[in-house]
Amino acid sequence: MNVEATPAPGPAVGEGAGARRLTEWVFRVRELGIIAALALLIAVTAILEPRFIESDSLRNLALNASIFAILAAGQTLVIITRNVDLSVGSVLGLSAFLAGDLLSGNQDLALPVVFVLGIALGAACGLLNGVLVTWGRVPALVVTLGTLYAFRGIAFLWTDGRQVNAETLPDAFLNLGTDSVLGVPFLVLIALVVVLAVGQWLRDYRAGRELYAIGSNPEGARLAGVRSDRRVLSAFVLAGALAGLGGVLFTARFGTVDATAGTGYELTVIAAAVVGGVAIFGGTGSVYGAALGALLLGTITSSLIVLRVEAFWQQASIGALLLLAIALDRFVGLRVDAALRRRSSRRAA
Amino acid sequence: MAEGVVSEAAAALVELRDATKSYGAVRALRDGNLALRPGEVRALVGENGAGKSTLVKVLGGVVRRDSGDMLVDGQSVDFHSPHDARDAGIAVIYQEPTLFPDLSIAENVVMGYHPLGSFKRIDRGAMNGQVQGLLDRLGVKLDPERPVRGLSIADQQIVEIAKALSFDARVLIMDEPTAALSGAEVERLFAVVRTLREHGAAVLFISHRLEEVFTICDTVTVMRDGAVVQDARIADMTPDEMVRRMVGRELSTLFPKQDTAIGAPVLKVHRLTCEGVFVDISFSVHAGEIVALAGLVGAGRSEVARAIFGIDKPDAGHVEIDGRRLPAGKPLTAMRAGIGFVPEDRRQQGLVMDLSIARNATMTRMRALSRLGIIGSGAENRLAREWATRLRLKFHRLENPVRFLSGGNQQKVVLAKWLATEPKVLILDEPTRGIDVGTKAEVHRLMSELASHGLAVLMISSELPEVLGMADRVLVMHEGRLTAELSRADADEESVIRAATGHVGEVAA
Ligand SMILES: Nc1ncnc2c1ncn2[C@@H]1O[C@H](COP(=O)(O)OP(=O)(O)OP(=O)(O)O)[C@@H](O)[C@H]1O
Ligand SMILES: [Mg+2]
Repeated sequence: MNVEATPAPGPAVGEGAGARRLTEWVFRVRELGIIAALALLIAVTAILEPRFIESDSLRNLALNASIFAILAAGQTLVIITRNVDLSVGSVLGLSAFLAGDLLSGNQDLALPVVFVLGIALGAACGLLNGVLVTWGRVPALVVTLGTLYAFRGIAFLWTDGRQVNAETLPDAFLNLGTDSVLGVPFLVLIALVVVLAVGQWLRDYRAGRELYAIGSNPEGARLAGVRSDRRVLSAFVLAGALAGLGGVLFTARFGTVDATAGTGYELTVIAAAVVGGVAIFGGTGSVYGAALGALLLGTITSSLIVLRVEAFWQQASIGALLLLAIALDRFVGLRVDAALRRRSSRRAA
Repeated sequence: MAEGVVSEAAAALVELRDATKSYGAVRALRDGNLALRPGEVRALVGENGAGKSTLVKVLGGVVRRDSGDMLVDGQSVDFHSPHDARDAGIAVIYQEPTLFPDLSIAENVVMGYHPLGSFKRIDRGAMNGQVQGLLDRLGVKLDPERPVRGLSIADQQIVEIAKALSFDARVLIMDEPTAALSGAEVERLFAVVRTLREHGAAVLFISHRLEEVFTICDTVTVMRDGAVVQDARIADMTPDEMVRRMVGRELSTLFPKQDTAIGAPVLKVHRLTCEGVFVDISFSVHAGEIVALAGLVGAGRSEVARAIFGIDKPDAGHVEIDGRRLPAGKPLTAMRAGIGFVPEDRRQQGLVMDLSIARNATMTRMRALSRLGIIGSGAENRLAREWATRLRLKFHRLENPVRFLSGGNQQKVVLAKWLATEPKVLILDEPTRGIDVGTKAEVHRLMSELASHGLAVLMISSELPEVLGMADRVLVMHEGRLTAELSRADADEESVIRAATGHVGEVAA
């Protein structure tokens, strides 16, 4: 007579606990899935081209992904609140040139000062974005599309056709881009620290949780007394600051900077976040997923280069991966919704 | 009838004096006068669009009043955000859902006020424990760690209630908290309200179910057209008098279904099963007949309705219309075959909040209204206006987005949308939820009239008077199974409740 007697299929054990485990499981699958895809990709590439797993090559891979991972962490903060920041590439360009310009003009400038100034410049750009979005009530897509061009324009005006070259930069600075601590490149360490810090902040602090609330139901967040404007503003400022940090690191790594540094990065970064499970409509996703997404995209590009695949196919494969990730999200999301609804109606009254 | 310990002399915890609020040309609140004293449970009643929710939003710091005074403990205050209201000890359950679907129940309840551990980190153990305690107090078995997404409307409402009870509020304001709940849950909520009253809190309770108002409240404030028109003790009022004050004229509140000739079966449901939700559901609905599906919240009634309409795909069984079998899981085919469906969750499934009233109301008729694929706004407006009058819709302009309507008026638009399709079978999931007494009678009259023209109606309702007054036949569900089928003559309060709580053998005579 009792409906409860018929257990539903799936990983469920208890009634409510099942629903919880199901969603946890989906998140874990997402991150594990990326790691599995990464392993597969590296394995296949290594079989076709053994040089790919030489330590130098892997090291380059990690170095390339680091800057993207830092940007993706910032982008995640913004996307979770149901906004987007398209200007990060241009912000990175500005800050990269600032760092290069400062150091080539004054070799003895303390490096922390350069970092602070780069980050501050990025934060200021983020502040402008945030103010326009929250106070100006202009959609983030429009605001940051505008500042994408505006910041890039400023970079062109400022550089005036100049280029900063590695020879003019102090060695101590350039070493940051290549040195290692206990075998781990410095750049990778910085990226790890950033990703972990932002990840923990999102997970374990009220402000972080409020970002999810805002993205999940903006009106509800307002009614719950969440100071939405302030939170969204801080997300933009942080995203800008991280783009600023990325800019300084960009200069340290590549040594050569002109007005075009970081062009097109915004799309890669957003793609990394989406592939990593950050929903473009806000409310879900983690910085860890986004960072893994950045690593996966970086690895794809490198492996295709190693395999001498044409540039067109590199772009196309990233596009395919994006569509796959979105389709997968949609599919899994529908499944989870249906399962949650079942669990909900199974509850004994 | 409950007697509180209200004394007129006690200082008001919160008070509104001559508050006003306009939305553009709409004067939503004109004469906002209301005082809440310790130990008082006050009802706030009025027709749809009378301004109740607007008054609540002013008290909750969500909207700023245009003029007038607000006092807390006799001191003049100005709330700039919901935060300020909360700091003043005011908890509010809003009429519209405020939950975060992606987050866990526990986080929804404590959002912004998570219990903190070392380094100001969120203490998840404490958070879950605290929310578990609240849910236990409300007598529901919900896992605080599961996400809100996928919860039934009733469970979502429970979470909203838990949210309001999550801190020691001195003033609890509830805007139609019971609209989605059935008897058992309402009783539990009332038990909590009584405890709060004993502890000297003040409660403001909004409901269109007058029997609830008379059960739990000590005093009542009646609103009409944005103004407070009466402030009285419940003991000095009768339901008829209350209704007269609300609508400003005499009104019969009950409209029982007229007898009509019952025709051939139109909708046949054959052994419909959805593992773990409902099992082996078979019944039919005839032309001209109104069949009610009664039961407790969570019995699986809405799920059966969704499966019939094809939103969910059942695991077994099938549905027939006029003897023709419908493919499973195809709402469009079901619609073309002549099924209309007014869903339980109007925000998610019933309305497009940013579209105009006219467009929403006529959406299901677009094909008929369009010529060469272009919808003439003239035809659209004419049809919408006709339904707006019939359902006494309170609106400013038909071109305005639906989101500007009051909760009950939004429900009316959903009704109009489906009534306008002139279906063969109409499935109504809680058709009068949130609708005021006057319009409720009008909706009932309409249902009866449609049935007399040969429409087959399947109505899910948690309101017993509605079930008993309207249904030719009552089907009762308990934990996913049909436990009783009662004819109009056999159905009474007792027999329905017994079957709904699973005491089958004792009813089937
Ligand atoms: N944001 C808004 N913009 C324009 N008009 C609004 C807005 N909110 C409410 N109104 C109007 O104000 C009036 C009062 O609405 P309110 O929501 O307070 O009614 P209510 O008494 O709560 O009704 P119900 O019983 O249906 O919930 C209505 O006519 C409504 O259309
Ligand atoms: Mg209302």
